[in-house]
Amino acid sequence: MTEKDVISLCPKAFQPFWRRSPIVFIGYIIAILYFLFCLHYFDFTLGKIFSGLSNMKPILVAMFTWSDFFNWNFNSIFTGLAQTLGMAFLGTFLASLVCIPISFLASRQIFKLGLIRFLIKRFLDIIRGVDILIWAIIYVRAFGLGPFAGLLSIFTVDVGTLGKLFSEAADNADTRQIEGMQSTGASKISVIRYGLIPQIFPIFISQSLYFFESNTRSAVILGVVGAGGIGLQLTERMKAQYWDQTLFIIILILIMVAIIDSVSRSIRKKIIDG
Amino acid sequence: MNDTLLKKHFNLYSEQLKSRRLWNILIFTIFVLSFFISSSIIDFNLSKIIEGFPRLGDYIVKILPNIDYNLIFENSKTEGSIKYWYFNFKKYAALLYETFNMAILSTLMGFIFALLLSFLSAKNITPNIYSYHLVKRFLEFLRGVPEIIFAILFVWALGVGPLAGIIAITIHTTGALGKLFSEVHENADLKTCEAIRSHGGNWASEMRYGIIPKVLPNIISYALLRFEINIRASTVIGFVGAGGIGQELYLVINFNYYEEVSAIILLIVLTVITIDILSGRIRQKVIGEMGD
Repeated sequence: MTEKDVISLCPKAFQPFWRRSPIVFIGYIIAILYFLFCLHYFDFTLGKIFSGLSNMKPILVAMFTWSDFFNWNFNSIFTGLAQTLGMAFLGTFLASLVCIPISFLASRQIFKLGLIRFLIKRFLDIIRGVDILIWAIIYVRAFGLGPFAGLLSIFTVDVGTLGKLFSEAADNADTRQIEGMQSTGASKISVIRYGLIPQIFPIFISQSLYFFESNTRSAVILGVVGAGGIGLQLTERMKAQYWDQTLFIIILILIMVAIIDSVSRSIRKKIIDG
Repeated sequence: MNDTLLKKHFNLYSEQLKSRRLWNILIFTIFVLSFFISSSIIDFNLSKIIEGFPRLGDYIVKILPNIDYNLIFENSKTEGSIKYWYFNFKKYAALLYETFNMAILSTLMGFIFALLLSFLSAKNITPNIYSYHLVKRFLEFLRGVPEIIFAILFVWALGVGPLAGIIAITIHTTGALGKLFSEVHENADLKTCEAIRSHGGNWASEMRYGIIPKVLPNIISYALLRFEINIRASTVIGFVGAGGIGQELYLVINFNYYEEVSAIILLIVLTVITIDILSGRIRQKVIGEMGD
């Protein structure tokens, strides 16, 4: 086989890139042009970055020189960590409790009425559209500084997300079991109790655990706007330029998140496997 | 089936039931205990909620615009019209555009860095095992620290402005996408790579012609998903002074410009939802067009 034969087998593959798939090529060009435009728009130059990084140097040095370690206020740091965990746990727990009835109301199989479902779903969409930090500032305004505002903002956002996930799980449940219950003339409550809950409960629990995991991450940043927890301790120390303690807290956060991740992953695996 | 066998099975079943019940009781107690411990830690009680909710209601009533349906299309001087509510619309639009560009730029840069690093941190194609572990831990660190913490750091170093936010989001994006990309690479079929190697291709050309064409649809759809997340992130990263519309929102909340708060939040929600829908469409198209 000569080279020409090979090319004639599949001529398109040997054409230059821009002729093979012009749409993708134009897409690349637009992406690159927009990228350059953005660099220009933000006045993003390497010189600026490097001068910024040279400003970073004393901060980095201060981060790694831990002086006076035994006189740090460990009490407040560990209280902050405990608050963060407590916020995440309570927020997820309460949101899961609230979301169970919501998911039944928004489930196609139990309630045939479309309007309620539509209203609930749009309501959840709006809750989810507002970021957790925005909720946190609003709650800090209403309830004052502290972990309580953080708990409420985690709760609010979780109602939005878990409500959606739970109702999808309830929608996807096997209809035969529910129809079987309905054919015996069971009441709505016992249809839910024996037809739906046994199917979806493991999914609910594993999703709640997953959200507990991700909420410990969000709970960390809620302190930035004053909603308590370890984030508050962290930002206070950054404002006061205690960079060594900042690094210590960041390491503690990473360790805490890693532990929660691995514990919750193993529990989730156990639940899903039965 | 004789009686003894039946009895044996029955005993076995009741034993299983018993141990299961024990487990359930144990889990229940753990839940109740952690509930009370956490409530005491964060000082959670009913009286606080009852006390706070009227205040929350007051605040929400205050930030909601005062729209008069008879004057809704009047000019910006009349109180009660939409134009009065959005008298600062030009500023908001400019800030939203800045936010959008922050998300674009940080997603693109994070995409490039993540793609470069992901080849080193995928177990099946990494050139050597030390770089694999090193890069993997590095990516874990990048995505483990929340972006807003990075943003505070860079605001210290680079000054207030969108640059700090862009770099912070880029760092987080690199960590998150790097992990996802390397997982995609790990699932890729290596036969093409072997063919390239047998023709004398080096590692770089193995990656370029053996891996990238195969994983591109997945990678692009992950990047688009990340873009959606980054839009949300860049709307709030301004709370620490790192640019975008969040900076303005933080300002109006702290200065109690009540109606502007709801105006900005509404704009943010609309932008986020629109971009979610658009990018979802594009993702479906990318997977459909390049997947086959």
